[in-house]
Amino acid sequence: MSRGPFVAALVGNPNAGKSALFNALTGARQKIANYPGVTVERKAGRLLLPSGEPVELVDLPGSYGFAATSPDEEVTRKVIMGEQAGQVRPDVLVVVLDASNLEQHLVFAQEVLELGRPTVVALNMVDLAARDGLTIDAAALAAELGVPVIETVAVRRKGLAELATAIATARDTAARDNAPAPRVHVTLPERRLLARQMAQGATLSETARHRVHAQMDRLLLHPWAGPPILFALLFVVFQAVFSWAAPFQDALEGLATAFQNLARTELPASLLRDLLTEGIIGGVGAVIVFLPQILILFFFILVMEATGYMARAAFLMDRMMAGVGLSGRSFIPLLSSFACAIPGIMATRSITDPKDRLTTILIAPLMTCSARLPVYAVIIAAFIPNSRVLPGVGLQGLVLFALYVAGIVGAMAVALILRRSVTKGAASGFIMELPKYQLPTIKDLALGLWQRAWVFLRRAGTMIFTVTVVLWLLLNFPRAEPGQSQVDASIAGHIANGLAVVVEPIGFNRDIALALIPSMAAREVAVSSLATSYAVDSKDEEAQDIALGDQLKHHWTLATALAFLAWFVFAPQCMSTIAVTRRETNGWKWPGFMLAYLFALAYVFAGITYWTALAFGLG
Amino acid sequence: MHKRLAYGSGAGVTLDELPLGHDARIASVDWAALVPEEAQRLRALGFDEGAQVRLAYRGVFLGRDPLAIEIGRMTVALRRIHARAMHVEDLAA
Repeated sequence: MSRGPFVAALVGNPNAGKSALFNALTGARQKIANYPGVTVERKAGRLLLPSGEPVELVDLPGSYGFAATSPDEEVTRKVIMGEQAGQVRPDVLVVVLDASNLEQHLVFAQEVLELGRPTVVALNMVDLAARDGLTIDAAALAAELGVPVIETVAVRRKGLAELATAIATARDTAARDNAPAPRVHVTLPERRLLARQMAQGATLSETARHRVHAQMDRLLLHPWAGPPILFALLFVVFQAVFSWAAPFQDALEGLATAFQNLARTELPASLLRDLLTEGIIGGVGAVIVFLPQILILFFFILVMEATGYMARAAFLMDRMMAGVGLSGRSFIPLLSSFACAIPGIMATRSITDPKDRLTTILIAPLMTCSARLPVYAVIIAAFIPNSRVLPGVGLQGLVLFALYVAGIVGAMAVALILRRSVTKGAASGFIMELPKYQLPTIKDLALGLWQRAWVFLRRAGTMIFTVTVVLWLLLNFPRAEPGQSQVDASIAGHIANGLAVVVEPIGFNRDIALALIPSMAAREVAVSSLATSYAVDSKDEEAQDIALGDQLKHHWTLATALAFLAWFVFAPQCMSTIAVTRRETNGWKWPGFMLAYLFALAYVFAGITYWTALAFGLG
Repeated sequence: MHKRLAYGSGAGVTLDELPLGHDARIASVDWAALVPEEAQRLRALGFDEGAQVRLAYRGVFLGRDPLAIEIGRMTVALRRIHARAMHVEDLAA
C-alpha cells in the first residue's frame, strides 16, 4: 500500500510533556487547524526519519482513557480508532509517559497497548524524574510492556533521533509481520495494579520524594498568601503591558509615519495617494502599533501555562468561581480571553459540564481582550494624566487595571444571573490535576508567541485592511461641495447621523457613532477609523499629523471619553467572536442572546458613566 | 473556625475531614453520590479503594473549598463534595 507520508500520533495523559516533545520533534513546521465538525484543535507537524522520509506527526489532546469525559478525549479515542473524520488512522502510536509519574501514566498506556497496534513508548522528562530522585530502567520497562521504550528530554533534544528511528522500525516491523494481535483486555483496577507493579519494577532507585513542588505550593497555594500573590502577579502583567511596550510602539508608529511621508513626497497628489497614506498605511499602522502589547500579554499567559502556575490559579480562583456557579476550570478559558475571546471560547471545551461551559462562553467576551487594548490605550493616553499615584504605580496603569476589573466584575454578575436563569442546572464540580512546576523553554515560548503574532498580523493584514479601506471609501464619497465638511457629505456620515440619535443620550458624538460601525468587524478598528475620520476632516496636512490623542482631546469631553471606555468594557464588537460562539453552541440562539445582552449592558453602563461624570462636573 | 474534636480509630472519617498533612488510605468510595463523569474522572486519576492519599491544601481565605490531594506522585484539586464521598482510614491517627 503506497500513499503519502505515514502518520504517527502522540498519545498520553495530560501533563506528559507531549506538546514540548511535539515542538522538539517537528520544530516550527506545524499546522494548526480544527478537526472537521468539532472544535478540537488538530496539531500536526512534519518529522523527518533518519532515512529522510517524512512522517506526519499528530499531537493528540491529552487523555486519561478511552472512556471519554470531554470532547477532547473523544477526539483522541476516535483518531486512534480511525473513526475521526479528516484524519487517517495513525500507522504508529507514540505513547508519551511522564517518567516521574509512571504509576499513573502506565494505566492509559496499557489501554493503548491492548489494541495491538505498532506502538513506541517515549519515557519523557527523565531529567525531571532524576531531579525528583527517580532512576528508571527503560530496558526493564520495555521488557514489561513488550514495545520499545525511548528515554526523552524534549528541551535538550535527548532521545529524539532514537525515537524517530524507533517509529520507523515499528512501522516496518508491522508491515512485515502483519499487525500484532490485540492483547487481553483487562479492567481498570487490574490495569492500575499492573501499572503500580511495572512502575515499581522499573524504578531502580527512589530517594525521598523531592519537595521543591511542595515548597512552592506551600507558598503559592497558601490560603492567605496565595490569592494576593496571584492578584499582584496579574497587576504586574497589566502594568507591564502598558509600560514595557511603549518604546516598541513608538518605533512602529515612527515607521508608519515614515512610510506616509515617503508616499507623500514620492507620489503626485491625488485621491489615490490619500487612500494609500490615510486609508491603508494610517489604518493598518494604527492597529499594528499594538502588536507589542499583545505579545507581552501572551508572553505572560504562555509562561503561566508552561510553568504550571495556571492550574494553581484555577485552584485559587475555584472558590470565587463557585460563588457564581462556575468552577476553577472556567478560569483558564476566561484568562485566555484577556488575550482574545476566540481561543478563550475554544478553550471551554475542557469544561465537561455543558451548562458550565455555556455560561463561560457567554461571559468570555466580557474579559478585556487584547483588541480592546488599542482603544483603551488611545483614550487613556489622551484623557488620563500620566501622574504617579504611588511609586511605580501610574494613574494610567491604574485606570487600565480598573477597566479590566470592571469587565471581570461584570462577567461574574452576569454568570451569577445566568446560572440562576437561562443556564440553570446542577452545581458543577472541579477536578483537576495540578502539574509539576517546570521552567518554560525559550523555544516553546517563542513558537507560541510566533503563532499568536501571526494570527494577529493576518487579521490586521486582511480583515482590518479591508474594513479600513471600505471605511475610507464610505468617508470620501460622494465628494463634498466647497465649504462643506467631507465627513458630513459622505455616505458614512449619513449612516452615522442616524446612529448618532440612538447613542446621543449616552454622550457619544457623531464621530463615535461612525467608529462603531466598522468596529463591529474588529474592535481595534475603532482606533483606525477614528484616526481616518479625523484625518479626513482636517483641512491641512499639518493638522493630519497631529496625534490622534490630541485630536480626540479637541473633539471630546472627558465624560464622553469615559462613557466610550465603559461602552467598550461590555460591547460585543467582534464578528469573529460571534461566529466562533455560533460554531461552539451549534446554532444562532446563543450568539444572538450574547449580542443582545452585551449591547444592552454596554448602552446602560456607558449611559450611567456619562451622566455620573457630568454630575461630577467632568463634562 | 469550627474544629472537629475526635477522629476515633480513623473509621468514619471522610477525606475532607482529614487533618492537613495526614496520610490516609481510601477505605471506600460512595460512587453513587457522585456525578457519573466526575466519578469516572476521579477513578482515572487513581481515586479508588486502597489508594493512599494526603490532604495537602484546603481552601482559600476562610473557605474550606477546594482541596488539593496528593495521590501517588500527583497533586489533584477537587471539591469538598467529592472528598465527602470518600471514606478514609487516617494512617497517622
